[in-house]
Amino acid sequence: MEPRLRVRAVSRSFGATRALSGVNLQAAAGEVHAVIGENGAGKSTLMRLLSGELCADEGTMELDGVPFAPKSPAEARARGVAIVSQELAVCPHMTVLENVMLGQEPTRFGLLDRPRMRRDAQRALEMLAGGVVPQGLDLDARLADLPTSGQQIVEIARALAASKGCRVLILDEPTSSLGKEDVARLFDVIRKLQRDGTTVLYVSHFLEEVASISQGYTVLRDGVTVSEGRIEQTTLGAIVEHMAGRKVEQLFVRSARQPGDVVLEVEGLRAEPKPTRASLRLHRGEVLGIAGLMGAGRTELLRAVFGLEPVRAGRVKVGAYVGPASPTRRLAQGVGMLSEDRKAEGLATSLSIADNLTLSKLPALVSFGGFSPRRQREQAGDWIARLGIKARDPDQRVSELSGGNQQKVALARLLHHGVDVLLLDEPTRGIDVGSRAQIYELIDRLACEGKAVLMVSSHLPELLGTCDTIQVMRRGELGEARRVEECDARTLLEEATGAIA
Amino acid sequence: MKAWLRKPWAGPLVALIVVYVLLVVLRPETFAGSANLLTMARQTVVVAIAAVGMTLVIVQGGIDLSVGSGVALTTVVVAWVLDRGLSPWMAVPAGVLSSLLAGSLTGLLITRWNVTPFIITLGGMSILRGIAKGLAHEQKIDVDPGGLEHLMASSPGAWMPVPAGVWVAVAIAVAAALMLAYTRFGKHVFAVGSNAQTARLCGIRVGRVRLAVYALAGLLTGIAGVMEFSTLTVGDPTDSVGLELEVIAAVVIGGGSLSGGEGSILGSMVGALLMTVIKTGGTHLGLANWVQEIVTGAIIVVAVAVDRLRRARR
Repeated sequence: MEPRLRVRAVSRSFGATRALSGVNLQAAAGEVHAVIGENGAGKSTLMRLLSGELCADEGTMELDGVPFAPKSPAEARARGVAIVSQELAVCPHMTVLENVMLGQEPTRFGLLDRPRMRRDAQRALEMLAGGVVPQGLDLDARLADLPTSGQQIVEIARALAASKGCRVLILDEPTSSLGKEDVARLFDVIRKLQRDGTTVLYVSHFLEEVASISQGYTVLRDGVTVSEGRIEQTTLGAIVEHMAGRKVEQLFVRSARQPGDVVLEVEGLRAEPKPTRASLRLHRGEVLGIAGLMGAGRTELLRAVFGLEPVRAGRVKVGAYVGPASPTRRLAQGVGMLSEDRKAEGLATSLSIADNLTLSKLPALVSFGGFSPRRQREQAGDWIARLGIKARDPDQRVSELSGGNQQKVALARLLHHGVDVLLLDEPTRGIDVGSRAQIYELIDRLACEGKAVLMVSSHLPELLGTCDTIQVMRRGELGEARRVEECDARTLLEEATGAIA
Repeated sequence: MKAWLRKPWAGPLVALIVVYVLLVVLRPETFAGSANLLTMARQTVVVAIAAVGMTLVIVQGGIDLSVGSGVALTTVVVAWVLDRGLSPWMAVPAGVLSSLLAGSLTGLLITRWNVTPFIITLGGMSILRGIAKGLAHEQKIDVDPGGLEHLMASSPGAWMPVPAGVWVAVAIAVAAALMLAYTRFGKHVFAVGSNAQTARLCGIRVGRVRLAVYALAGLLTGIAGVMEFSTLTVGDPTDSVGLELEVIAAVVIGGGSLSGGEGSILGSMVGALLMTVIKTGGTHLGLANWVQEIVTGAIIVVAVAVDRLRRARR
């Protein structure tokens, strides 16, 4: 039988990066098909190709045997392919009714056909819950007033309200922000859709969920399909193995280090909405890695420690100091943070390297009441040389640098400030291999000098290659610390995804 | 709480009624009469018509700073055409068309170049003002208004005491409110302002909606300009400096959000009226001009702050 959706050898590059290089996928009508892979494996890119946001460079896609290459989201929708993305696409100011019918409002004589609009929306919502409008969903409620689960239902209903119907529904990490009951409700909806013949592409990290809802699966790694088949014919362990792969990278440096005193102690920390409970002890001369999935609460943990988010419960002890926190205080205590979002938060990209480097320590450049641009340039030049930042001169704008060199500037700012504790959030995200190796070297050197590094990363080999100790965060809860010798990619991934095979 | 009280325009409407009643009580002999109501209605016409356009612009997530210059340009074009000895039937369309053109160009630049509306219309403000001055040789164009003065004149005792301009403003406001509520385009204007990404994902042509909104706003600025000419009966290139701020204030008082997705025609009309009532009331009370300005400013700030508070509590 002709499959509902067939993707063959699809590739897509962004500049020099190849996000997808030969992906295959096949899903039948009425099938829930899981698309599995680590962060950065290419799942999102594939979904964006299917939903018409991007076009493929190579390869073919077919829908019910007919070539399918949507040039816009509108075209994909017209063919019956709709996506419900992780960041929900809703208009918060508008009502449930208006959101469900958005872009497909029925008209009569140029005016909205309001009765029909209501009927269609009602019907779409009823399809989701077996003949009744899901509870708590008033057609006239504003979307901003609904919980996340409700907004998600509205988005699914929008796909179903399409006049041509919905042939393929893509759910991208649909449960990452839902509670247990809402997940159960969503699964009822998915099973209902499946009975009606809709194909559901289910993209998720949570393997136990995947196993309970889907029949077929495709595993992506580094932009390639590495495994596909039926869920009942495999084990979660086998899937995890495919996700992680077995590549040994020679990028990492880890000298023998001697941990010293505890410099940072976190006990039972809770912040809104995550983490729910996190405890850790970071020593001098130690690199402590935090593994986990996107949205598990790792970034929020670092931010709470650095004083960017309020701490709801528990305590953070820096050296001997316990008390209120703010970024200014933390910097004074010798704690610095590297943001995962270089462009939006980590750097002022329209300013020069020198300005960025010295930003947190400007008072040091003021003497006799005057600011010294000459000294600023000297200091910046010094760091450019020490970290091997490829730049014309200290006055060059940061936006003109490559990602790797930008990251070095951000790191150099922490070092210039003279911090002892470095909170690094995805320090090598989106940068080239050469710069990555240099950053690993730098982290190793810092640890050897007796500084303490707390590092969040979604790249498991990186954590395994550079850290002394690793803790895994799962849905807001930080697990036990384990020596790196006791960890491997598979056990970490199992802990992070909740798949204890 | 009754449903209508929760509408964004409910607060300003209550404020309008309270202020009006207060002034009637304070100055019953001058403020209460129908003559005063008529005067206030007439004084609101230009701001009100322009505020209808601004409501569309702000709801879809933009801003237009060139309204004052657009109105001035329209008065100049109307006067210039009349000065050539042509009839008002030529002059009015020419004036409105010039503003429509300016609005369409603005929309085109914003959607094609993807520059923020603030910058484009800030430039437009200066450019339109310059064109108006050039066309008028930096002088007022004094012409026979050719009957256009009747648009805004109130003639007590006549068969229709309310001037035509007021009716035009009401008709425009009603039409725009119906359009926002009962057409696809209206829904799409809100959707684009609320979340442009989502709108695009749902197959709405975001660029077209934006362009259409700026063109419509230009058209309405042109009509407001004709009313301004009718009041002035000259083409004045230095007229209406800072009008755009009054217009934006009307929309914001009426519940419009500068980040888009929110606003209503009724609210904007209430906002425009509220400012007129405060100004007129100030004059009747013998308050100095500078006091009136402070009060107007305070009203804008308080209106928005109260609105945010109300929303935060929900």
